[in-house]
Amino acid sequence: MSGSEVVIVGGGVTGLSAGWWLARSGVKVTVLDKFIVGWEASGRNGGGASHYASPLFDEEQRLWPQMDELLGYPTEHQKGRILIAMTERQWEQYRFIAERHTRLNHPVELLDVKQVQEAVPLAGDNSFGGVHYKFGGHANPQRSVQAYAWALQDLGGKIVQHSPVTGFETAGGKVTAVKTANATYGCDAVVVAAGPQIPQLMAQLGVNVPLAAARAEMIITEPAPMMPLGGVDGHKIYGRQTLRGNLAYGGGPHEWLDVDATGPAARPSTPLARNLAKRLAELLPKAAHLNVIRSWAGIIENSPDGRPIIDRLTSPDNVVVASMSSVGFGLSPASGHAIRDLVIDGKCSFADIDILKLSRFDNLESDWREKRGWMPIS
Amino acid sequence: MELNFTGTDICAINGTRSAPETHYDIVVVGAGPSGIAAAIDAAKAGAKVLLVDENPVSGALMGNDIPLYFGGRMTAATQNTERMLEAIFMSMPALETAMDAGVELLLGTTAWGVYRNGPGVASLPQQVVGLADSERSWLVGFDKIVLATGARDLAMSFPGWNQPGVMGAAALQMLLTRYEAFAGQRILVLGSHDLALETALLAQARGIDVVGLIEVRDAPQGHSELVAKVAAAGIAIHCGHTIASATGGINGIESATLSTGDVIACDTICVAIGLIPSIELVDAMHGPRALNAMRGGYIPAGEPSVTAVGDCAGLADCGFDHIAYRMDWMRALSDISADDTIICQCEEVTRADLIGVQPPNYLSRPAPMCARSLDTLLKDGPANPDQIKRLTRAGMGVCQGRRCRDQVAMLLAIEADKPFGSIPLASHRAPVRPLPLKILAEWDEPTEMEAAWDVWFGIPTQWVPVEDLNTPYQDEHRQMLYTGMYT
Repeated sequence: MSGSEVVIVGGGVTGLSAGWWLARSGVKVTVLDKFIVGWEASGRNGGGASHYASPLFDEEQRLWPQMDELLGYPTEHQKGRILIAMTERQWEQYRFIAERHTRLNHPVELLDVKQVQEAVPLAGDNSFGGVHYKFGGHANPQRSVQAYAWALQDLGGKIVQHSPVTGFETAGGKVTAVKTANATYGCDAVVVAAGPQIPQLMAQLGVNVPLAAARAEMIITEPAPMMPLGGVDGHKIYGRQTLRGNLAYGGGPHEWLDVDATGPAARPSTPLARNLAKRLAELLPKAAHLNVIRSWAGIIENSPDGRPIIDRLTSPDNVVVASMSSVGFGLSPASGHAIRDLVIDGKCSFADIDILKLSRFDNLESDWREKRGWMPIS
Repeated sequence: MELNFTGTDICAINGTRSAPETHYDIVVVGAGPSGIAAAIDAAKAGAKVLLVDENPVSGALMGNDIPLYFGGRMTAATQNTERMLEAIFMSMPALETAMDAGVELLLGTTAWGVYRNGPGVASLPQQVVGLADSERSWLVGFDKIVLATGARDLAMSFPGWNQPGVMGAAALQMLLTRYEAFAGQRILVLGSHDLALETALLAQARGIDVVGLIEVRDAPQGHSELVAKVAAAGIAIHCGHTIASATGGINGIESATLSTGDVIACDTICVAIGLIPSIELVDAMHGPRALNAMRGGYIPAGEPSVTAVGDCAGLADCGFDHIAYRMDWMRALSDISADDTIICQCEEVTRADLIGVQPPNYLSRPAPMCARSLDTLLKDGPANPDQIKRLTRAGMGVCQGRRCRDQVAMLLAIEADKPFGSIPLASHRAPVRPLPLKILAEWDEPTEMEAAWDVWFGIPTQWVPVEDLNTPYQDEHRQMLYTGMYT
């Protein structure tokens, strides 16, 4: 497919990684984004990269340590992670997860309270223990998103910002062009990676993609002294110490929303920042005096089973749809690779991703959101 | 196995939030003259009124130039909270009038966020303002909120500005009048509009040696009466010049060098070029605001249930274009600044790195990174300070961008050759004042919140390892890690 043209709808981390992978294969790529690359969930998340539940996990783990070099730009990727249990129940759960990792040959080590304190200087003597993942890691979402975008441009790809996609042109069972308010982009293939806007866009092609959007929130503190390992979380919050030293953490209850074709109307944070602050102060008591300097929110979409949808459709047969179902940042090096394979070869070369096919929802009941309680507050 | 849904997502926010501790008809934020007057009026009309003011703020926050640009020129007196409280009451007799009128007054209490249901959120039991003192934070419900948060100092960078002794006019006035806690003796003032002239006269009246004013334009900018008073006081106004650099030692500023090459000995350089209406709370709640050059910057523009009074609603319009004036200063200071002049003090972002959209020094800069710049970024779309912030870290520090936010926007306008008003306002985020984790924390959160809390969405199938699907482990996983959603 070298020399052919692929239009990617959505300049989030998944679309950008797909575009970068396609550009590496000599494809002419144009990424269309409604605003600025990575402005939604891709630039607002916790930066975790340890997604062992995914069929893309091995590829995620293989690629992240190379990404700075492959992209040519810093991503701040750091390896490893420690989960700290702050209740007896969490300790039971984290040991269960550790046992699963051991069985799957993912290297983990159980830490007692003293070892937790040694490994995590900001931790206290109030934990029940920890699990040290000798795999996985984290990166800076905002820097990584821009790195993909720049690397894609360096390979000749185009990024068109401030250009929401309004529709498609089709002919002979294929999408032949993607339209924005100001331009029409002819294409040989399309990747729709537009996050919460995917259902509205795909409905224009007569394809039902069941996704529900919700808001999640994070807080960040002023810099703390650098810990030997920044990927420290647990206590039912996720996050990391950034390479600057700030503690960035999220988690907790989400709020289901309706998002229309133009994208989220707003991303308001709420007093949930107080509940995040409580848990972070408990998790890292020696950081409890640190100032929280910002909170923010992001809007992410989930599929009915919470797993991604990465699929090349049968009709139109030149469209790949990709939603990472609220867990997209860390998997992005691998999701982009998978999407590249589907666009060019029709099949993922490195993993069996049949479980991510859209057709698993063919018989989904029409009231699937109501059944799950995933409806907006009326 | 067959899964049956309950119709309820137990990990959703619905019904888990705490109700506010108290409710007032009116909450007034800021106990300056406008805030006090608004509180007294409301109380006299029979309303239940709460008046809060963040002052006195802790010495540690003042050291980070919060809320004003104190520049490290406070005496040790500012470390004594009791003395500071007394100073506030002494300087604001109307506070007693307000209390006599039935206004509930909380000093040393910060309003750090205003929240209400609207686009993107419907889960708040009612609209609330987040408050915090030195012990804890809490939420207060209100029918109406009056913002009387005043104006903050516009900081401007030049070589050497990032040392103790460079400070703002509002901060200097507060230290001189209210707290009597200014630690300098010889000040040089930048600017010659009313703010600069009044500050110079006030300082001299308080026994401070005012060694001169520097004006970038060709003539003094303020009211002619004030200009005459300054002249009569024997204070020189050096027009058509700017400051080229400041030098100092361990105690901060020792001298300033003008663009003429003249060196002026001083221990304080007061940046009196402008004040910015303090609209953080409105902007952080995504309330409407509009740029008004005659009134000092962005001002609130019609948020229901929010009223802005005093300087935060816009500086008094005296027919002076504050934005054009600041831009003249910015161009002049930008011309004399060096590549390594710091723009963001918290994150130590230099002018060259800001304009080069380069990452911080602790990251590597491979060749492709070095080839990137604001110029290449502008080819992708208009300049956006929030994007610049993400890439360079300018504005990401503990002062929450108070010292560099306005400068970054002005620099972007200059570099992109666009009007200032075309540069979006960098976002304000709650908490709009730095708050320690242990203070912000809701220690007595509702049991409903704890019950709903999951690290992510609580969707069992989201985290089952793919190897475990359709094995007995799948159900074990669900039972160990999840409790709700399915029966």
